[in-house]
Amino acid sequence: MLSYFIRRVVGTVPVIFMISLFVFLLLHAAPGDPADLLIPDQASAEDIADARRRWGLDQPVLVQYWRFLVSAVSLDFGRSFKYDEPVLALIMQRFPATLELALIATVLAIMIGIPLGIFASSRPNSWFDNASSLGGFFGVSMPNFWMAIMLILIVSGYFNLLPSGGRATFGVAEDPITGFLILDSIIQQDWVGLADGAKFLVLPAIVLSVNMTGLLMRMTRSSMLEVLSEDYIMTARAKGLSERVVVWRHALKNARIMVITVVGLEFGALISGSIIVESVFSWPGIGQLLLQGITARDYPLITGLVLVYTTLFIVVNLIVDFLYAAADPRIRLGG
Amino acid sequence: MQQLIPESGLAAKAASTLVSPPVVRRPSRIMRALRPWLTFKAVLGISLLSLLLVCALLAQWLAPVDPNKQNLMAAMIAPQYFSGPHFLGTDHVGRDLLARLIYGARISLSIAAAVVVISGAVGIALGIVSGYFGGRVDFMIQKVVEVVWAFPPLLIAIAILAFLGQGLGNLILALTLQRWIPYCRVVRAEAMTLKEREFVVAARSIGASHLRILGRHLLPNLIQSALVIGTFAMAAAIIAEAALSFLGLGVPAQIPTWGSMLADGRAYVSTSWWMSLFPGLAIFATVLAINMLGDALRDNLDPKMKRRR
Repeated sequence: MLSYFIRRVVGTVPVIFMISLFVFLLLHAAPGDPADLLIPDQASAEDIADARRRWGLDQPVLVQYWRFLVSAVSLDFGRSFKYDEPVLALIMQRFPATLELALIATVLAIMIGIPLGIFASSRPNSWFDNASSLGGFFGVSMPNFWMAIMLILIVSGYFNLLPSGGRATFGVAEDPITGFLILDSIIQQDWVGLADGAKFLVLPAIVLSVNMTGLLMRMTRSSMLEVLSEDYIMTARAKGLSERVVVWRHALKNARIMVITVVGLEFGALISGSIIVESVFSWPGIGQLLLQGITARDYPLITGLVLVYTTLFIVVNLIVDFLYAAADPRIRLGG
Repeated sequence: MQQLIPESGLAAKAASTLVSPPVVRRPSRIMRALRPWLTFKAVLGISLLSLLLVCALLAQWLAPVDPNKQNLMAAMIAPQYFSGPHFLGTDHVGRDLLARLIYGARISLSIAAAVVVISGAVGIALGIVSGYFGGRVDFMIQKVVEVVWAFPPLLIAIAILAFLGQGLGNLILALTLQRWIPYCRVVRAEAMTLKEREFVVAARSIGASHLRILGRHLLPNLIQSALVIGTFAMAAAIIAEAALSFLGLGVPAQIPTWGSMLADGRAYVSTSWWMSLFPGLAIFATVLAINMLGDALRDNLDPKMKRRR
């Protein structure tokens, strides 16, 4: 297991290296270099040349890439043009909000999608199965930005039940403990704050989870049906085990590999989706920061965020691989 | 047990099972070919998609008015249905919503189709080469796959549009960049097993060139899987294009797309619900139809699925 762990971690190093090269080339291919964007129009030619020298823009591309790589490895993404603060500080300040939303949405999808998929598979072709299969199709096909607007329209606008955006009624504390609002409230035993935070979390979390819920529902159903037709399930039934034990203990154990795959695969889509959901619900996470950075053409901020998002995605995929290996010994013993 | 059933009843039962098969007429050839396509999923998917295709192809004739004609005097009119000229109402500058939706179908479907065809061609070509030749070529291609796949799906598109600027070309490039990978993976795996099969070995032994084997012997066997992937890729491309347009990163503003209509609608959601309801509904229905069609295709084309059913 340990050697598998080390092999997989080492294997990601070249990938991260190639990604940094790709992002650097994109940055380089962007029309106009930072000097054109930042220097006022009336600057003289010497001023521009001076600034380019100062930022190292007069160096050969390879030298520039090397500097970019060194600073990226030391987590120094430079200063944001728009906020005039270090990019890393900006990201760290908002990252917990994004992670909180993504984790809650994932948990929600697992808690709804998997049980529904199991119930559907235990009564194939019943009305419940057909209804949930249609629901799964709806979930997979739902454009989450549209669902967000519709929920704001109905739940916040018409019924006035939940807030339409933001993260807390009176803003977030200046010195958070973990940055996860829900967790902070629990630590401080601030139950009013917890209820308030939860109220703001409900709509974005539902919207973000809907695609994953639909997919999990469908995939759980089909893989459970496959497992349930195998011989060992018939043996378990023949032994006289109750249907509940057969389905929830014997069959689910073998269907979980699929569940891990789907959650891992979909987490990337979830992270991407959170960019849009954050923007619709004014959720103060890194997705909103990215869109603000794009509007302001804030290249250091965009670069830093793309690298952070990608690293997060790679880390999640690594975790998925380890869960895989833990769930299925064939994987860690094989390739 | 046998004594409980009257003798005559048993005989009648036996007779009926003996006689009944010739009575039932075998369905005609066409019916038998159509049979697997007469499911709820397939029928709904195909009919919705046909409707959309008609809208996209005949937009000039179907749309009641010019989709870009502004009329501030008639801005934000609620849907009038059959009681006025604006069936689904107008937007914040008085453009007819139905006309924009119909023209939007054209843009959304063409961008998605372009993405699917380009990424399909690239993915199939690289996958088939990777799987058939193996070795160093395979290693290189799989490294590229690994790197490109390491980006979260929409992020790579957002990054490209943010750095390189917007426009139709960059949008298609941004959407294609990752979309070819599923084709490449599946085609590679299939090519790897196909190349060991007798008919390929036979073709090689009579001196067929690699190119001929790839084109005439492997490709026809891969097309079905690629078709299934392509259908789902189409759905994903439509959502992605709408999402990017919604964020203002898609095509230029004067071209009506469902995503940009939704972005307009979002700003006026508290006063004009129809501006965001209908474009979103169009995206949702399209993606739903394509996903259902894809599911039906997979059920019917994939022999593994057929056996299971």
